[in-house]
Amino acid sequence: MNNRQIILEADGKSIWRFIFSEMKPKGKFLTPFNLISIPVILLGMVLIGYRFIFGIGSITNLTQDTPWGLWIGFDVVTGVAFAGGAYVLTFMVYILNMKEYHSIVRVTVLNGFLAYVFYAGALLLDLGRPWHVINPVIGNGFGTSSVLFLVAWHFLLYMIAQLIEFSPAIAEWLGARRARKILSGMTMAAVIFGITLSTLHQSGLGALFLMAKGKIHPLWYSEFIPVMFFVSSIFAGLSMVIFEGSISHRVFSNQISDKDHHAQKGIVHGLSKICAGTMFAYFFLQLLVFIHEQHWTLLNTPMGYWYLLEMLGFVLFPMTLYFISYRNFNLTLTRIAAVITMLGVILNRLNVSVIGFKWEMAIRYIPSWMEFVVTMAVIFTEIWIFRWVINRMPVLRDSPSWVKSNE
Amino acid sequence: MGLKRRSFLKMLGVTGITLAIGEKTNAMTKGTADVEFHGILYDSTRCVGCRTCEYECASAHKLPEPKDKIEPVRKTDETCNTVVNTYKTDKGEVFIKRQCMHCNEPACAAACLTKAMHKTETGPVTWDGNKCMGCRYCMVSCPFDSPKFEYHSSNPKIQKCDMCFDRMKTEKSTACVANCPNDALLYGKRRDLIKEARRRIYEKPDQYVDYIFGEHEAGGTGWLYLSPVPFEQLGMNMKLQKSSYPELTKGFLYSVPSVFVLVPTLLLGIHQATKDNRKKEESENE
Repeated sequence: MNNRQIILEADGKSIWRFIFSEMKPKGKFLTPFNLISIPVILLGMVLIGYRFIFGIGSITNLTQDTPWGLWIGFDVVTGVAFAGGAYVLTFMVYILNMKEYHSIVRVTVLNGFLAYVFYAGALLLDLGRPWHVINPVIGNGFGTSSVLFLVAWHFLLYMIAQLIEFSPAIAEWLGARRARKILSGMTMAAVIFGITLSTLHQSGLGALFLMAKGKIHPLWYSEFIPVMFFVSSIFAGLSMVIFEGSISHRVFSNQISDKDHHAQKGIVHGLSKICAGTMFAYFFLQLLVFIHEQHWTLLNTPMGYWYLLEMLGFVLFPMTLYFISYRNFNLTLTRIAAVITMLGVILNRLNVSVIGFKWEMAIRYIPSWMEFVVTMAVIFTEIWIFRWVINRMPVLRDSPSWVKSNE
Repeated sequence: MGLKRRSFLKMLGVTGITLAIGEKTNAMTKGTADVEFHGILYDSTRCVGCRTCEYECASAHKLPEPKDKIEPVRKTDETCNTVVNTYKTDKGEVFIKRQCMHCNEPACAAACLTKAMHKTETGPVTWDGNKCMGCRYCMVSCPFDSPKFEYHSSNPKIQKCDMCFDRMKTEKSTACVANCPNDALLYGKRRDLIKEARRRIYEKPDQYVDYIFGEHEAGGTGWLYLSPVPFEQLGMNMKLQKSSYPELTKGFLYSVPSVFVLVPTLLLGIHQATKDNRKKEESENE
């Protein structure tokens, strides 16, 4: 700690020395998480190298009939839904001024930012010609009639917005007082911009599938997919916040002040109510769409049972759990509800993008083990970076004392 | 709540930026008045299933030569842009040629975020390798599953019929049309082809079913089909919607500019309202 302060007090040049010293790993190395994640990440890197030499087909089971598989359906479409917690929380704290949630904003924004960087970054693995990924940005074809164009731009802009929202924490870490003041002044604009972007690209991810009419099972296809994706991203994101919070508070307990630790209970309790409410709205919307589309006969088919399992087992059931846990102040039950809700969101996104896609095909797409390994490698790498940041920057712990006196 | 000059400018700035960055949604481009969409009329009653078109297509596009022994029903893939399938129907063996349909308003072109998929003025839907990033959204969107992707290449391309776009700069018709030995294929203006198809149906009503596949499918396609049997029997998807597929995302895309104007304003308003409430509560508590 002494060393850190000495370096920080010194001139601008040594800030690089400080950053360099921070690069080194901290804490115990041989933890169970490291022992599992390191081999997976290494194997994943080998597979990614292989994929770039021999083509996407060399490690995935994608075909001409199923061009999008696990990497899009899970990494991108589901991952972004889980990252929705960032825009919901910034809305609650900065727009609705619900200050009681302020202590978890930073960690949620960090989580959201990393999710976008890594899961949208995983998109690069799935692109056949990733060196052209910059084309829609530099104008080698502004495909403005494309929903994907909108989503791509929003990913980029939202990442910048989230970085601005998180940047005061970086400034505090580097001890840059002036920079912090400027950056935190930009928070409000970034939040408003970020929420607007999120509204559009969370629904935009659903709108991607609108043109696949006839290819997606009618129980999952409707013109309201964008609305469904948007509403479900609210409780998907918040469930992720609850889930991640309960893990962070155990793993990084040494970083969290007693005050914040105590406040966490109230936060989880409050979030359980919001989740129950939005899930009710979502369930009601799904019910309305189902009735309007008149798909009663489809229910008595294998895909129909699958649909009922999703709607009853993974929407209605966790919604009830959230509600009961809110009434009884049962935080364990809230956490269980969060996990089931998250499974439900995964199920829903995969049903739209992969499982319900060309459901009538004789030979169905099943992801290869290598696709799973690469997905796991991406997630593990993200957690590594997450842990690296948490251990260094004031994300969970309180900001350094100079911040208050500065304001 | 007094609005200070500073906060007003701030608000103006935020709204201005969001307005400036909001994306435009363009209507699909149509051909100019004097250039018309061209297409190809395929008459299944004249096709003898010789597969000359397959061989000629492969050599014109530098693709591997088609195999000799084949399944009766195949799909196009990244190594062949067209196939001639054989179906056993009430009227005996009927052949049907499959390839990209070159829609009037192609879903693939609307889906493409770099405009690599492009509906040219004269009708062909072409692919530009200098723009494509290989996202395969065109494959997800195409109602006919026409674009095919080279999964086993480090520099993969999208393959599909391009209506011999390059060849047409020097020649009068496509490789398949020029070499069809039995005049099953006819190249021309789409408008004229529909007239010709109607004429054939009118003159020989027993020979054809009274339907031109492609006249209205997916909002109309460049390729038009005549058949002696109902098209369901030839493996054609008759459930396709008759309006164009890009129409499906139009509503969403058109809502984007209004969201970009309304949501930030709404958020700022809520923020101001709740901020005042907070202050009041705090002062009451004190």
